[in-house]
Formats: sequence, structure tokens, C-alpha cells
Amino acid sequence: SEEEECEHQAESSSHSSDRTTIIAIAFEGGVVIGSDSRVSAGASVVNRVMNKLSPLHDKIYCALSGSAADAQTMAEIVNYQLDVHSIEVGEDPLVRSAATLVKNISYKYKEELSAHLIVAGWDRRAGGQVYVTLDGLLARQPFAIGGSGSSYIYGFVDAEYRQGMTKKDCQEFVVNALALAMNRDGSSGGVAYFVTIDKDGTDEKCILGNKLPTFFDE
Amino acid sequence: EIPQHSLPVIPDSTTSLALSGSYVSNKMINKLIQVHDKIFCCIAGSLADAQAVTKMAKFQLSFHSIQMEAPPLVKAAASVLKELCYNNREELQAGFITAGWDRKRGPQVYTVSMGGMLISQPFTIGGSGSTFIYGYADAKFKPDMSREECLQFTTNALTLAIGRDNVSGGVVHMVVITEDGVEHVVVPGDKLPKFHDE
Repeated sequence: SEEEECEHQAESSSHSSDRTTIIAIAFEGGVVIGSDSRVSAGASVVNRVMNKLSPLHDKIYCALSGSAADAQTMAEIVNYQLDVHSIEVGEDPLVRSAATLVKNISYKYKEELSAHLIVAGWDRRAGGQVYVTLDGLLARQPFAIGGSGSSYIYGFVDAEYRQGMTKKDCQEFVVNALALAMNRDGSSGGVAYFVTIDKDGTDEKCILGNKLPTFFDE
Repeated sequence: EIPQHSLPVIPDSTTSLALSGSYVSNKMINKLIQVHDKIFCCIAGSLADAQAVTKMAKFQLSFHSIQMEAPPLVKAAASVLKELCYNNREELQAGFITAGWDRKRGPQVYTVSMGGMLISQPFTIGGSGSTFIYGYADAKFKPDMSREECLQFTTNALTLAIGRDNVSGGVVHMVVITEDGVEHVVVPGDKLPKFHDE
């Protein structure tokens, strides 16, 4: 039942989750996208098992940060728009298309909304891709981090990232980065969710708090 | 305004940018102040406040060591700074890392925060750039590293912080303090290690 608790998507929509850590990294043939699971409202943890990774399409996911309500709504709208788009073109949408739809909403409503979505996925044309859509820009990056916990791991990800990492390397990278951020950021914590997307499908995993990697002072 | 890094035995280090508003007034300033033979302080926050406090601390420590007829303990130096920071916490805006070597406890590192808290740690980081390297430092620090490993760890950590913090930069200063003495190491910006995006 702990596993079920882990995978349950909570409904809370009025609480902020820019207190969060999200990360995505691309490898040859796919992407790994991950997040923590804490939703806090001020000093209280409102949900400790929230899954902040939202599917936009079969092989395209986004990671939510910022206001939980805004982020969830954006993800729902883009999910709908992508469904329509993929029926119109008759095939699976490109990751860039999904990211563009997110960017369009972020940019048009940049004064009203405060959410940042990292979009990551796999498509036939360009393989694994990660896009950032902060403030309404659209940029493809080899990896991306976001949320309040990301400040603490800039040094770590800059040092650890190398070109040509394998799927397994990327999964370890994501889990280590999330664990480090969760240790230092009061607004990130709980369990680590990550999703691996490649041409064969998507694989969702959850690592419980006591199974996360530990560091020198634990 | 600077990332700082302090390890037992070894490097006490800092970058060297000094700002007035958004103007860089000095790119080579040394933020490592020697308060006694084998005790150094890294300063952060208002440089003026920090310099005034360390000057006072240096005087108090030299007087103390004459009275005790022995070099002061690192903890004593940190305490002196802490008293000054705590008692004047309304006016001051400076934080310190005190590190050094003494005969009683060997190499030690103490953090004196802006409000006047004093704690001892195996290693510590501070300054505006430090937030970016918490993850890196947690992941890479191991107790009982050798001198070379410590120097490498510190240089890497500072380089990563400079890479992300817009108000850190310039030259990296490090001081290695051991039982045998004190050595100052300076690494100019172009000799710093390069990471994946450079």
C-alpha cells in the first residue's frame, strides 16, 4: 500500500509547488524526467506523495513547478491540444510541438500564470529531447533543472553531466540530484519519482525516502 | 557576495570580486584575513563590516595569546568573532568562516553566521554563490581527504559556483593551514577547471 500511496496523484490544486525540485535529462534514444513529491503551503506539508510528472502524450511528459493550480491546468490544456493535433497529423506529436504549446500558454499569460513546466520526451524525428519553457521562452537543452530545490544542485549537475551518458547513468544522475536537493531544500522532499521514456515506451518508477542515496553526513 | 569554502587542515578559499552596487570595484581582492598565525577567516557580506570586525578580533586575539602565553585556539578565535557579530547584530551585515590549526584539537572549521550563531562542522560553504554548490559539496565531500584532494575539491566547488553566481568571480584564493605552517595558493580565472558547457 506504500507503493499505491506512492503512485497516487493528489488533487490538491490551491497549494504552491514552486517549492519543489524537478529535473530532466536526455540521452541517446530517450529521456529521464524526475521530481520530488512534496507540496507545501507555508510551513505545512500538504501532500508528501504528489507526483509532479504529468503525461502530455504517450511519450511526452512534463514536470510541474510553480503554482500547482496553474501548472496542472497548463498541463491539462496542452494534453487536450496535443490530442487534437496528433489526430490532425495522423501520427504521434513531436516533443517540440508539445513544448511549443506549453510555451505559447506561458508566454501569452505570463503576467497571470506563475508556473514553469519542463517538457521532455521521445519522438521518431529527433530522439530524446528536453525543453525549458520558463517565462515563455523555448529552449532545448541537454538537461534541465527547476523549482526551488534546483539552486542547490547547479554545481552538482554542472560537474556530473557528461555527453554520451547511457540510460542507466541518466537514471542515477536524476536520483542523485533529487536526493541532494531534497536534503537541502526545506520545500522538497518525500519520495523521488522518475519516468524513463524511450522508443519502447515509458517506465515510471518511485523511490521511497529511505531508499534514496545517502551522503557523507547520513 | 562570495562563495567560500573551508575544510579542515586545508584550503580556506574564496573568490575575489568586490562590488559597489552592480559595479565591480575590485577583481583581485583577498577575502581571507589572517587573525593569527595559524587562524584565518573568510569574510562574506559587507566587506567594510567584515574588515572592521576582523581587525577588532585580530587585536583581541593577539592580546589573549600574550596573556595565555600560547597561540589561541581556533575555537577562541571563532568565539571572539561570534561575540562581535552577536552583540552588534542589528548593525552588522557580515558572516565568517573561521578555520585553522591548534595544538589541542588540530585542524578545525567554524561557521559564524550573520546573526551570530557559532557552529563547528567538518567543512562548510558560505556566501551568495554557496547555494549552488550545496549539492556538489554534499556529494563529493569525504572525511579525511588528502591535501591534494582537498585542494581539488575546493577549486572545483568554487569554479562551479562562479559559473552560476553572477556576483562571484575573479581570482580564487586558497590558504592551506597545517601544523607546519601556512601556504597561500592563488588560481587565476583562466586556470580554473572547465566543465561540460565550456
